[in-house]
Amino acid sequence: MKAARIEFRRVSKRYGDVRAVDDVSFVIEPGTLVTLLGPSGCGKTTTLRLIAGLEFATAGDILVGDVEVSALPPAERNVSMVFQSYALFPHMTVLENVAYGVRVSGRSRAESTERARAMLATVGLGGLGDRLPSELSGGQQQRVALARALVLEPAVLLFDEPLSNLDAGLRRHMREEIRDLQQRLGVTVVYVTHDQGEAMAVSDRIIVMHRGVIAQDGTPRELYEGPASAFVAGFMGEANRVQGTLETRDDKTGLVRLGALHVRLAHRDQSIGPVIVAVRPEAILVGPPGGDGLAATVVKAAYLGGVVEYTLTSELGELFAIGHDVAAPFAPGEAVSVTLADHGVVIIPTRG
Amino acid sequence: MTGPRRRRSVLFAWIAAGAGSALLLPWYAETAASAVVNVGRGDVTLAPIVLGLLALAAAAWRIDERRRLGAALVWLAGGAFLYLVALGIVAHALPRSAALGSGAVPVAMALVACVGLGLALRGHFHGDGFVAASVLGVAVTVGLFTAFPLVKLLTSAFQDAEGAFGVTATIERLMSARIWGLHCLTSARRCGVAWNTLGLALTSAACCTLLGLAFALIVTRTGFRAKRLLRTLTVLPVITPPFVIGLGLILLFGRAGLVNQLLEWALGIPPTRWIYGFPGVLVAQVFAFTPVAFLVLIGVVEGVSPTLEEAAQTVRAGRWRTFADVSLPLMRPGLVNAFLVSFVESIADFGNPIVLGGDLGVLSTEIYFSIVGAQLDQGRAATLALLLLGFALVAFSVQRRALGRRLYTGLGGKGDGGIPAVLPSRVRWTCYGVALPWALFTVVIYAMALAGGFVRTWGRDYTPTLAHYAKAFAIESSPHGVIWAGAAWNSFFETVKLAAIAAPLTAGIGILTAYLLTRQRFAGQTLFEFATMLSFAVPGTVIGVAYILAFNVAPIEVTGTGIILVLCFIFRNLPVGVRAGMATMAQIDRNLDEASATLGARGATTFTRVILPLLKPAIAGALVYSFVRAMTTVSAVIFLVSPDHEMATTYIIGRVINGDYGVAIAYSSTLIVLMLAAIGVIQLVVGTRRLGRRLPAAVPPVAESPA
Repeated sequence: MKAARIEFRRVSKRYGDVRAVDDVSFVIEPGTLVTLLGPSGCGKTTTLRLIAGLEFATAGDILVGDVEVSALPPAERNVSMVFQSYALFPHMTVLENVAYGVRVSGRSRAESTERARAMLATVGLGGLGDRLPSELSGGQQQRVALARALVLEPAVLLFDEPLSNLDAGLRRHMREEIRDLQQRLGVTVVYVTHDQGEAMAVSDRIIVMHRGVIAQDGTPRELYEGPASAFVAGFMGEANRVQGTLETRDDKTGLVRLGALHVRLAHRDQSIGPVIVAVRPEAILVGPPGGDGLAATVVKAAYLGGVVEYTLTSELGELFAIGHDVAAPFAPGEAVSVTLADHGVVIIPTRG
Repeated sequence: MTGPRRRRSVLFAWIAAGAGSALLLPWYAETAASAVVNVGRGDVTLAPIVLGLLALAAAAWRIDERRRLGAALVWLAGGAFLYLVALGIVAHALPRSAALGSGAVPVAMALVACVGLGLALRGHFHGDGFVAASVLGVAVTVGLFTAFPLVKLLTSAFQDAEGAFGVTATIERLMSARIWGLHCLTSARRCGVAWNTLGLALTSAACCTLLGLAFALIVTRTGFRAKRLLRTLTVLPVITPPFVIGLGLILLFGRAGLVNQLLEWALGIPPTRWIYGFPGVLVAQVFAFTPVAFLVLIGVVEGVSPTLEEAAQTVRAGRWRTFADVSLPLMRPGLVNAFLVSFVESIADFGNPIVLGGDLGVLSTEIYFSIVGAQLDQGRAATLALLLLGFALVAFSVQRRALGRRLYTGLGGKGDGGIPAVLPSRVRWTCYGVALPWALFTVVIYAMALAGGFVRTWGRDYTPTLAHYAKAFAIESSPHGVIWAGAAWNSFFETVKLAAIAAPLTAGIGILTAYLLTRQRFAGQTLFEFATMLSFAVPGTVIGVAYILAFNVAPIEVTGTGIILVLCFIFRNLPVGVRAGMATMAQIDRNLDEASATLGARGATTFTRVILPLLKPAIAGALVYSFVRAMTTVSAVIFLVSPDHEMATTYIIGRVINGDYGVAIAYSSTLIVLMLAAIGVIQLVVGTRRLGRRLPAAVPPVAESPA
């Protein structure tokens, strides 16, 4: 399998007046797993289908490997796809499903069957080749879909929300397996999901999309710790957006005042004056009142077993916090004091 | 990658097919000379086509870059094709032009395919050559065999007897008293045929709708036992040749009919001819089209959500109020639809008026007599056909507007656990009172029609006999082998042969068109859909006239051959194949095609390996429908048959007109049995889908198109 590089050069896809993908450019390095992440309708699935050739771009160039593919039909792109619905052919057995791609590319029946058998064994479904897809469980169907896509040894493998039809436990297992397989085979994978946890768990890089454009592009850590916008901050895990003031700044950092609190943060090229700060719920440390913390009041407290979720009011507005002291949680109405952890607090750059 | 090479080989195959037939097959019908030979003999008009094919071959050979090759294909093949069309138009306009022969067809197909492949190379149609060529191919054939005849009909209507264009002759013909006269209101003379047609259609549609509603209510809202039997009755008209009911009525109420004889014997009332004329045609049509109205209504009545009726009852509406204020208004779109469908069936009906009409002229029979009668006035036939087409199109546009999307509002995706409201008893008894005698009457009519084939002479001599069957279907053995001595064998074999040729073609083009319409997006799609569906709205007699006008002169001169009959079958029944295909296609996850595409399958492979196996029910339905329709249709083919290519239905009509009812009935019964057998065979051959889970069954095609 030779992994291919993917490049979008100013690609747009319009349906009438709707810009599903609007002037998007990016490069995906060969052999990496990149996730397209965003809410529904953000253009991530359209982007994936543009790579597959299931949609044709209105403008711009798409390169897979060194080939400009934007006028090529899917069959000529050396790209395979795993669909959200799996799209297994219901009238073919599991083996026929997996062998289909090999067979229609002109190989002999014997060769296609043999390759399909080998691939089924790889995904752990050795004995089930004669079943119909409808006779398999959801997880097994997922593996068949994976085997069917992999058997052609594509340069690029595409996943469209592959885990959304599985239950939570299986989902974690399958995503590890997909990551594992990708690492083992060294194939380029583009993975679409709206679940940021899933995205962070599997990706080398994440491209966050919003309204047809790229909101941010980076490693999971870069996106979580340095969101480029309030949208990314809110989408990559939960975040409290609070108003602060950048009072002083040096080379890289600056002192930000948040109500009664002062924190030193990377200034991210913001000038002195009001700034917006994203504060992760787990970075809000809730303690008994007093000290040099920020005074707040508990509005709601929800016990979730491992943690306690608090809704607080303070001079910074409403805050959402996660407490780890489940033994003695604060009750609604109690006065508390809030301090901030070292990680999980970041200035959100605003343009201009 | 094998893709580009394979595409090139398809391209070469098409060019080779085109060039080969230009070289070898006769270009004109009369001579054996091919296009190339004709050019060699100095016929320069064909040179551009031959040169175009050579240039295409050169381009396919020399140009590697796909966009440039695509452009070359589109311009060269498109140019040659348009030139061919221009030649055809000129030939059509000029008298004594030579008709095209078998060589022209592959050349035209190759040129269209090359344009399609070229467009795909340039990135149109998602780069899929199969889809591109199919869309163009279907568009060209539908244009040629549906749109062109209708345009020809239109122009003929505006030509006078000498062929000069003008509106005076048309207006004169349109306004004639024979069409619009209202004498029947004031005297004993007949009214104009337009009024007859409309009056008959309105009455017939009203009766059919009410009866259909009664049946639908009985089946869905009562505990009536024999519901399955009622449903079975609805299949009957689909496999019944259109005049069987007429024959049954004649045997019952005709001058020599049972009822008249009984009245004469018992009460001394002399036999009358009341059945011939408006009442007889009306009764026959109500028999024939009530099942159609029922099929339309049953879906709607079942779709009325029981929850809504239960809701009405919880706010203390009684049964009658619930029925009158909730159920009935919810069914209104269905009632409108059933009325309009029956209306269109009635104005398009030819079999019943010709058998029972007597001197009652309606548009369809009037058109027929303008063409085949002593008058032989094509302009008049065209004008009348245009008028009939106008009625049908108005009815269809009213139907579309009335329905909109409302018909389906009752069918939500949610499960509906309610129980349909019980009918108020006066409604229930009315339904029983109307519908059950009618159902019994239907059975009697069919029994009559069947029995008539087994007695010597109905009305005079009831001795049981097989003589009629022997006359029609005798087989004798001689030293030289079997002799098909029966009088009906000729038309029988011809009908089976042509129907068997037409059915797979209809189903094939229909399913392919359905695939293109549901699964592909391309410019002009709406127009494409409209064109394929157009013949659905066109009454058979109109199609018949249009085909005669369009195809009895060059360049496509096929009148009097079996080809015109096959073409007529295909394009008349195409909409049903398309609709059955689209309904089933809507249930197949689009991701399946896409998965196939990403696995390296091109459009043609996806279509044959993924779509077709999943469409088996729709294919079987389309095959059955087009086969059965081809065997039972009479309105269009009566214009197109010739002594060499007589059809079963036209042969039967001939026997009926001669008063030879025994043979006509024997033949009709045989056809019904044959069609039942054919349906069984088709189901067996096509088989069922192997899914291991239940998909919703395909919508069975029903007799909703005009007869």
